[in-house]
Order: sequence, then structure tokens, then C-alpha cells
Amino acid sequence: MDAFLAQLWIARWPLFDGFLLTIGISVAAIVLGTLVGAVVGISLVFAPKLARLPFVVYVDVMRGTPVLVLILAAFYIPAVLGLSLSATQAGVLALALFAGAHIGELLRGALQAIPPGQAEAGRAIGLTFPQLLAHVLLPQAVRMALPPWINTGVELIKGSSLLSMIGVGELLLRTQEVIGRNFMTIQFYVFAGLAYLLVNVVLDTIGRTIERRLGTR
Amino acid sequence: MSDAAARPLLEIRGLKKSFGDVEVLKGVDLAVRPSEVVTIIGSSGSGKTTLLRCVNLLEEFQGGAIVLDGETIGYGEAGGRRRRLRDAELSRQRAMTGMVFQSFNLFPHLSALGNVMLGLRKVRRMAKDEARTLAADWLNRVGLGNRLDNVPSQLSGGQQQRVAIARALAMNPKLVLLDEITSALDPELVQEVLSVIRRIAADGATLLIVTHEMRFAREVSDRIVFMEKGRIAEEGPPSEIFGAARSARLAEFLRNSGH
Ligand SMILES: Nc1ncnc2c1ncn2[C@@H]1O[C@H](COP(=O)(O)OP(=O)(O)OP(=O)(O)O)[C@@H](O)[C@H]1O
Ligand SMILES: [Mg+2]
Repeated sequence: MDAFLAQLWIARWPLFDGFLLTIGISVAAIVLGTLVGAVVGISLVFAPKLARLPFVVYVDVMRGTPVLVLILAAFYIPAVLGLSLSATQAGVLALALFAGAHIGELLRGALQAIPPGQAEAGRAIGLTFPQLLAHVLLPQAVRMALPPWINTGVELIKGSSLLSMIGVGELLLRTQEVIGRNFMTIQFYVFAGLAYLLVNVVLDTIGRTIERRLGTR
Repeated sequence: MSDAAARPLLEIRGLKKSFGDVEVLKGVDLAVRPSEVVTIIGSSGSGKTTLLRCVNLLEEFQGGAIVLDGETIGYGEAGGRRRRLRDAELSRQRAMTGMVFQSFNLFPHLSALGNVMLGLRKVRRMAKDEARTLAADWLNRVGLGNRLDNVPSQLSGGQQQRVAIARALAMNPKLVLLDEITSALDPELVQEVLSVIRRIAADGATLLIVTHEMRFAREVSDRIVFMEKGRIAEEGPPSEIFGAARSARLAEFLRNSGH
């Protein structure tokens, strides 16, 4: 144990950097993914049939592809097309596209679960479509979609560890590098695992608290 | 002056409406004068709800015209062809009428006050304080002055429907459409809602009502319209419609609705 603590002390900064990058990547991906998901979800429900098609295809492709494949694709394809993305940028792109599809789909479900009378009541008082969306439909949909949205956040934190495969120095890669120096394989993997667990438990608790608050309103 | 008074507030001419291949309104003509209370009765499926929804532009219609306060609503002409108006125009025209639904349709995420204020703020573009004062005033008028901050789930059906009435009336619509607003209520809550409507009618609002409450219809209406199979089969003052001289079909309808 002492030996582990000594090694941990030596490795504290790389591990801390990796942890921060894991959080940073996840936050960037959920923010971008939420923006994408908002457009996707609203389009899936309200766009004319033909305009909906690309979004349907996007969601199906993203949901049917393993995250690791998305990450590798985001890493290699832009280079072929002459775009230069750093490994981190490519990784965030892949995670954001993945999250966008999931969030779009859960927003679609939430919007469609709102009784039609809501939109009619909003229209009856003279709200325009954007006003109806902003003040009647989205507030209700967001409440419904919040718990699964938090869940997507948890998935992203876990999924960000896959970026180690393309050399992004997030928590898992840093952990592997540390293990490469001190060979304390089990100890440091467990340590990293606990770090992921901690973040996800915190997220989960926040999610439940919000859910409870909304439920009792 | 005499011109404006003579002109109907609402004029429906030859209104035709189909759902797919099924024609539900087969040429409806109806005029409502300012401050008039007109009640539509008729058996289930005769097209009463559809008619109100057309007037509030919640449904498209294929033929005829609806003129509200001198303005043809819902459709315009572009290149000689009849075209549905754009969202912004439809919204503006919808704001000229108020609608109260059978199922209340209050916004569940907003308080009673918030429900009434939303249209005042976003559609009438009132300042927050002004909107709040007016909304509270209307909630007071429907007897809910002590319920301003309750969300719909904390209110009884009768209270919810009164919030919905306040939400519609606070917008100061030219015409108010009421579609079976007591049908979803427990019997003991019906009267509290109807008495609010009586008061609004007495205050001079123009009302187009659909109801199965025949006694209420008789007492509050200036005119009764009997619809049958997508057409207006008969119309007249309550005394006439509920009186002895009536067609066999109307007599049968009234008998079946327990009158
Ligand atoms: N959205 C719709 N799609 C297809 N048909 C519809 C739709 N809405 C109404 N209809 C049909 O139109 C006809 C008229 O319906 P409407 O709701 O206007 O009748 P109503 O007079 O209000 O009846 P009730 O007294 O039962 O409320 C009915 O035959 C109904 O089945
Ligand atoms: Mg009806």
C-alpha cells in the first residue's frame, strides 16, 4: 500500500491532467451533442417528411455503430479528406455525433409524448411556432428527457476512455502510461476505475435530485 | 356606427371540410353578431367541434370562407390560387379568437398565473407587471384569486377549466369559442364553470358555444343552431328551438338528450 501511495504521488500530475481532460472531453461532447440533438429531435418531429429523412438516417447510423468505430472513423476519415483534426478534436467530434443521435432520439420521444392538446392550446392563444416550441413544448419535453439526458452524460464519460485508442491523453491513457513505468497494473486500474465511478455517481445524484425536484412541482 | 353594428362579427360562408375522403362539413353558413351568444347543438359526429376548430384555424378547410371582423381568415390568394396563410399570419388571426377546450389543455409546467400570462406576454407583448396584474385580475374574476401560484395538477377539474377560461378571456378576443367545456367535469363541478360563462355573456362577450347542457343553452343563448350531418338543419331563438314548433329530427335529438 505504501509503495502504491508513493507511486501515486509521483504520478499525481499526469493522472490529474488525464482526469481533467476526461471531464473536458465529456463536457464538450455533451454540449455539442445537445446542440446537435436539439436540431435532430425537433426536425424528426416537425420537419416535412422529406427533410426528416437525413436525420432519420443519421440517428440510425450513429446508433447502429460501435462508439469505438465512430472514434476511429473521426480520426482517420478527416485526414483522408484533407482536414487536419487533432486526436482530441476527432474524439470530441465522434462522441458529440454519437451523443447528438441519442439526445435527438430521446428529445423526439419526449416531444411526441406531449398530448396534442398542448400545441393546440398554445396555437389557440396565438403563439407562433417558435414561441410554441420555446414556451410550451420544449419546457415539457426537457423535463421528460432530463433523466435519460444525464444518462447520456454518464455514457460519454465512460465512452471518452475509448479515446485512449487514438492517443488522447485522457485518464485511461495516462493510467496506462503510469502502469508502464511502475507495473502496478491492478492498483492503478482500480484507481482509475474508482475515479470514473466517482464522477458518474456524482452525475447520477445530480440527475436524481433534479428529477425529484421536477416531480414534486 | 350603424354599419359596424349591422356587420356580423363572424361570418361563415359555405364552409366545407373533409378528413380524407369523408366530408364532415358540407357547406355551413353562419353569422354571429357582436355580443351575440350562439349555441350549437347536435348529435355526436355532426361536426360541431370541427366547425369551431375551423374558426380557430386549428383545422384546414377545403371550401368556403370564414370572415372575422371583416377579415377573411386562414386563406389568401396567390396567383389566382387559394393558399393557406403563413404561420405568423395564422397566429395573429388565431389571437383574435379565444378557445376553451373540453380537456382544459392547461400548460402543466406553468402556474395558473403563468398559464394566463403566457399569451399576454408573448402574443400581446405586455410588460411583465402589466401582464401579471391583468392575469391576476382575470383569475380573480373566475374565483381563483387564491390559486394564482398553483400548477394545474394541484387544481380540481372545475378550477382548471376556470383557469382555461381566464387564459382565453384575458387575451381580450373578439370571439370566444367554447367546446363542451363541462363535459369532462364531475357533475358537481359543472355549475361553477357555467356560472362563469353566464357572467361573461352578460358582460357582452361574443360567444360561440357547443354544449350538451340544454338547460344552460336555453337560458344563456340568443340563438340556437342545430347541426346535423355536417349541415345546419335548423336555427332560431331558444324559445323557438325548444318550443313546440320543431322538426321531427330536432324533436328526436332533444328527446334523446333528455330534454
Ligand atoms: N382528426 C380527424 N380525422 C378524421 N376524422 C375526424 C377527425 N376529427 C373528427 N373527425 C370526424 O368528423 C366528424 C365530425 O366530428 P366532430 O368532432 O366535429 O363532431 P361533434 O359534433 O363535435 O361530435 P361530439 O358531440 O361527439 O363531440 C366525425 O365523423 C368524426 O369522426
Ligand atoms: Mg365535439
